[in-house]
Amino acid sequence: MSTAQPVLRIRDLHKKYDRLEVLHGISLDVPRGRVLVVIGPSGCGKSTLLRCINGLEAIESGDIELNGESISSGKTRWNLVRQKIGMVFQSYDLFPHMTVMGNILLGPLKAQGRDRREVTREAEQLLDRVGLLDRKDSYPRQLSGGQKQRVAIVRALCMNPEIMLFDEVTASLDPEMVREVLDVMLGLAERGMTMLIVTHEMAFARAVADKIIFMDQGVIVESAPPNVFFENPVSDRARRFLNIFQFDGVKKEEQPHVES
Amino acid sequence: MLDSALNVFRQGRNLARLMEGLWVTLEISAVSVLLSMLLGIVVGLLMTTRKPLWRAAARLYLELVRFVPILVLLYIFYYTLSRNWGINLEAKIVAVLVFTLWGTAEMADLVRGAATSLPAHQRESGRAIGLTESQINRYVIIPQAVRRLIPGVINLTTRMIKTTPFVFFINVPELTKVGQQIVEVAGMKNYMASFWVYAFIFFIYFAVCYPISRFSGFLEKKWEN
Repeated sequence: MSTAQPVLRIRDLHKKYDRLEVLHGISLDVPRGRVLVVIGPSGCGKSTLLRCINGLEAIESGDIELNGESISSGKTRWNLVRQKIGMVFQSYDLFPHMTVMGNILLGPLKAQGRDRREVTREAEQLLDRVGLLDRKDSYPRQLSGGQKQRVAIVRALCMNPEIMLFDEVTASLDPEMVREVLDVMLGLAERGMTMLIVTHEMAFARAVADKIIFMDQGVIVESAPPNVFFENPVSDRARRFLNIFQFDGVKKEEQPHVES
Repeated sequence: MLDSALNVFRQGRNLARLMEGLWVTLEISAVSVLLSMLLGIVVGLLMTTRKPLWRAAARLYLELVRFVPILVLLYIFYYTLSRNWGINLEAKIVAVLVFTLWGTAEMADLVRGAATSLPAHQRESGRAIGLTESQINRYVIIPQAVRRLIPGVINLTTRMIKTTPFVFFINVPELTKVGQQIVEVAGMKNYMASFWVYAFIFFIYFAVCYPISRFSGFLEKKWEN
């Protein structure tokens, strides 16, 4: 397995916003069929990392390879590369003037020039799988946040990407809607989709990840299987980060109530 | 009483003259609105470019034109130009010129608003599914910008139509001007003349502007998604 070519290979990636360096030499591999979950405090650069991978941000130096081909040289035709990289964002980013079906078909029809009948069939299957086939003619404003996010996932999947990037896709959802979106992602993992996920849902990260990447201040601090990372984090920073999600009881033992 | 009304419109060519006045009103409005739309899109897009000089120039133009009363603009172009520089423009041309200047400024601001109010995510989502920049503009940005633009454009159109009576002051024989002339003559014998003539004019403006406004409502309803 280790000799097989990873779908995504990143080497020594550097990214600056003006003077501020947000990524200091990130290197990682995402092997085919694996799920990597990136966690870390806000501002650690994890979202920027995803945005660099599909060219929404220019990089300063380093190399990004998709299936062994460098996509970080100046000549990259991003519109072609992005067809192989599915990305889902935090904000509900459906096109409000198109139906669910219109949203899903736009990329396959216009960017990939595929046959409408074939894509429609695939889109319907995917919608069915996320439980939204009956909403295919709805407009985004008629959907809940969780439903919109599931449609956004289908829209990316319908391009038949090599890898899916998820950028905090449940961060702006109401708690009861988080689950339905995470379940869709778990389903993808079961089917062997290669994924790179940024999330704050620790229990989900633990359940879905083959490997946890812990980032802080623009570097990868720790990289380990989930059970190792969550039970015995090596670094101090990771331990402190995980503590944020723990609560100590604050309720005093109940005093007997005395009537006077 | 109804006789008094019928008499006003039957006398001489009164009804025909009113219709000719209406035609002038529509002519000035239509030409100015069309020119304003086209130029407004250009100026509006200039206001969203990254070139500060273009933006400043467009901004200055917009502020200057928008806050000067139409009447003052009409006088400047009609009287001042001819008196001081000997440029004699036909009144109707001056009217179209001034209304286009004003309409372009208003339209530019609408275009700027529509173009900048679209969230950046929309463009990024388009990129993320592999569309080229021109495909993003065509399928994602422009359809949404046009939808946002329509209510403002319709509103501007009706405002321009109902502001045309100002050209009265530079003696363009448009609807209101003709009406006033008829009232002046007929009103000497028929004290109801002014009531009937202006009521008629009232309904004409309404009949022109109301369908335009309804059309906007129709589009908004159609596009409310």
